[in-house]
Amino acid sequence: MSRILLEMREITKTFPGVKALDNVNLKVREGEIHALVGENGAGKSTLMKVLSGVYPAGTYEGEIHFDGEVRRFSTISDSEHLGVIIIHQELALVPLLSIAENIFLGNEVATNGVINWPQTFKRTQELLDKVGLREMPSTLITDIGVGKQQLVEIAKALSKKVRLLILDEPTASLNEKDSDALLKLLTEFRTQGLTSIIISHKLNEIKKVADQITILRDGGTVETLDCHGQDISEDRIIKGMVGRDMEDRYPPREPRIGETLLEVKNWNVYHQQHRDRQFLHDVSFSVRAGEVVGIAGLMGAGRTETAMSLFGRSWGHKITGEVRMRGKPVDVSTIEKAVKAGLAYVTEDRKELGLVLINNIMHNTTLANLKDVSRNAIIDERKEAQVATGYRSKLRIRSHSIYQEAVNLSGGNQQKVVLSKWLFTNPEVLILDEPTRGIDIGAKYEIYTIINQLAAEGKGILMISSEMPELLGTCDRIYVMNEGRIVAELSREEASQESIMRAIMRSGEKH
Amino acid sequence: MATDTTLPKKQPSVGDYLKRNIREYGLLVALVMIMIFFQVVTNGVLFRPVNITNLVLQNSFIVIMALGMLLIIVAGHIDLSVGSIVAFIGAISAIMLVKWQLPAIAVVPLCIMAGALMGAAQGYWVAYQKIPSFIVTLAGMLVFRGMTYVVLGGRPVGPFPKDFQVLSTGFIPDFLSFTDPATSVIKNYVALVAVVALVAYAVYAGLRERRVNEQHGSENEPFGFFLVQMGVMGAVAIFIGFQLATYRGLPNVLVVMGVLIALYTFVTTRTTVGRRIYAMGGNEKAAKLSGINTERLTFYAFVNMGALAALAGMIIAARLNSATPKAGVGFELDVIAACFIGGASASGGVGKITGAVIGAFIMGVMNNGMSIVGIGIDYQQLIKGLVLLAAVFFDVYNKNKG
Repeated sequence: MSRILLEMREITKTFPGVKALDNVNLKVREGEIHALVGENGAGKSTLMKVLSGVYPAGTYEGEIHFDGEVRRFSTISDSEHLGVIIIHQELALVPLLSIAENIFLGNEVATNGVINWPQTFKRTQELLDKVGLREMPSTLITDIGVGKQQLVEIAKALSKKVRLLILDEPTASLNEKDSDALLKLLTEFRTQGLTSIIISHKLNEIKKVADQITILRDGGTVETLDCHGQDISEDRIIKGMVGRDMEDRYPPREPRIGETLLEVKNWNVYHQQHRDRQFLHDVSFSVRAGEVVGIAGLMGAGRTETAMSLFGRSWGHKITGEVRMRGKPVDVSTIEKAVKAGLAYVTEDRKELGLVLINNIMHNTTLANLKDVSRNAIIDERKEAQVATGYRSKLRIRSHSIYQEAVNLSGGNQQKVVLSKWLFTNPEVLILDEPTRGIDIGAKYEIYTIINQLAAEGKGILMISSEMPELLGTCDRIYVMNEGRIVAELSREEASQESIMRAIMRSGEKH
Repeated sequence: MATDTTLPKKQPSVGDYLKRNIREYGLLVALVMIMIFFQVVTNGVLFRPVNITNLVLQNSFIVIMALGMLLIIVAGHIDLSVGSIVAFIGAISAIMLVKWQLPAIAVVPLCIMAGALMGAAQGYWVAYQKIPSFIVTLAGMLVFRGMTYVVLGGRPVGPFPKDFQVLSTGFIPDFLSFTDPATSVIKNYVALVAVVALVAYAVYAGLRERRVNEQHGSENEPFGFFLVQMGVMGAVAIFIGFQLATYRGLPNVLVVMGVLIALYTFVTTRTTVGRRIYAMGGNEKAAKLSGINTERLTFYAFVNMGALAALAGMIIAARLNSATPKAGVGFELDVIAACFIGGASASGGVGKITGAVIGAFIMGVMNNGMSIVGIGIDYQQLIKGLVLLAAVFFDVYNKNKG
């Protein structure tokens, strides 16, 4: 058994009114991959901020032992100096600078402030070889995908003589192929003796690579599981995270399916930027009343683009095709018309596209349908408060009042506010784009329950998700998309992770 | 770090309330302090009836433009062209009134329309062609200034006919003369009655709002606060009303300004248009995806700004009694500064009409007070610049601490 590289002892960190960490213990052995899991708000990010010196020594209680000594980091550069490097979920790269410039940003290969470019490029090339990224050092960050950007971050960490690499949700925005490659890279580094901590919500990935798993719940350490010599099931991890058995991650539902609500035929869309490239090809699908329909596919398959082009032409150009609601052709050429036709679109990115974060819950709830809380363009504040209060209790939005700003809510509650906004427009068909991304398991369950309720009320639900188990657990029918086409339609009985992947792979061979 | 704040509901304590609303009260306190300061150092000249009247006349146009500028800033934009619009409208009003002998009653609406058109011309590029407003209005600033020189031929034009000057130098006549103005202290009862009635209405409206808030469970400021605030504001208002009443009464521009302040406060706080502007400034993409026509809204914010700048331009021309090519130089900066001192955020989505108005008055009282004391224009600029920086720093400091 190898020695302990990092030990955090009885770390307690309080913010005004909240105890974010309460006597947390973490032991990481040299040369292992240590997974840190827990629901949102469990304290993972706070713990890592304590470790890296974002919260300087003295603002928390407890001790950090690194490499056998007690360390008191007062800035991030203190911890980086010892080789403790964090890669945050939101990548810290400058889009319009090159890979080489990003890797050595703040740490330039220079003498007296004059950069040595040949040396910079040479060292960049070495680092890129190490992480297996085949790009030119002079390529701009903006020209490479998120998966590759993640690798640039890792190369940047390697350039700083990393001893403990901390990855915060490294695969959250990666597709499965890129995720696998990244995890493989981590295991390769492990054989070279690099220690890493990985924070993730994706339990299947953690199962694949972790040597030990530490579970946090409500700011405290629940347990540390050793993955050697025993098979730890996902359910076992979840039990630790939520503090109870999760017998069923998806609430049961008896589908009562009615007439066809939304019908889209031969939907063709050209790319928003590359205007001569056709992005969606003859996409046709339908959603019936009381039905939950899924769209599966890899990143870039055209799922979000289908939804957004349909919703008031918010994406793409040269859009052609036919849209019917209850059999009648409808005009969805602007968002206003799409809403009037009975469509609602809950965006993938709630912070960027869904919410006005600096506004309160009430203002966000009524934003898409102000006319129902106003008369002659004058807002009836009492009615508005009633509406917001109603949705707050119906969807169980946890907040101290409807006047709380959206920015202060947790991810799950923010998602519920976005849902409230669209429910208040009284749509017939709701398009939900990654409705549970980045929210914790308890809140996910609540979102599924809401989806079931809506279906029971006779609404049609079109759900886009990258998590296949989620689609399989909630949908009555699943369309599979790949490269801008619908390549399969699977009934609940036919659908499985294998059948979806098979459909994607087969369609890839054809083209 | 997501911290789920499930706080129990409770009445806010005075301290908490003060902390959370420090910006608004701080602003008001700052204005009162600045007033008291200059009242003392000018040996009481600041609050002399004639000076109060001057203060109103000198600042009305800044306040009027600040109303439009606040909407522009809340929408996430900026308008640098208002000083030039002021000059151009002054110029064309002079041409129409003096050279063409058109009646004032026709010239005023024509000028407002012209201002709206100038705003529309800029709004088009900002809203529909997505050119940053800073650049569009910088271009507008140069273009409209140039047009002013062209129209005036580089020379001032004036004087204006009497019926146009009334816009800026006129007073509301005293139709309630209880006593003989020659002997009585009170020369104009309308001013006094109007101010007292307004204060009474403000108290009534404030109480009613508290009651409504209580009914649907939203938060009220502590009652003590309400009393103190109403008391101070009421006392100041009645004092100013009394002072004005001992002179020539209510200036016409004060009434125009008051009506506009009330109108824009209502629009920003109670109407759907106001709500949409705040949402757009807070997150344009989310607003757009909520079905809000953000382009049209931006366009009309600039149209509105142009119309208000036109009104300000006429008030200035009428006050100076001539249109000069250099009118309004640098006004855009005073107007923008008023909004930022008043708590508007440069990134959009945040700001209040009342804040912008108080911000404008802080600038105005400082200008006026420093002039009376005899501080040169050089030091005035310096001091105003520092006040702006201090006010914004105060915002940032509070935000980081909270």
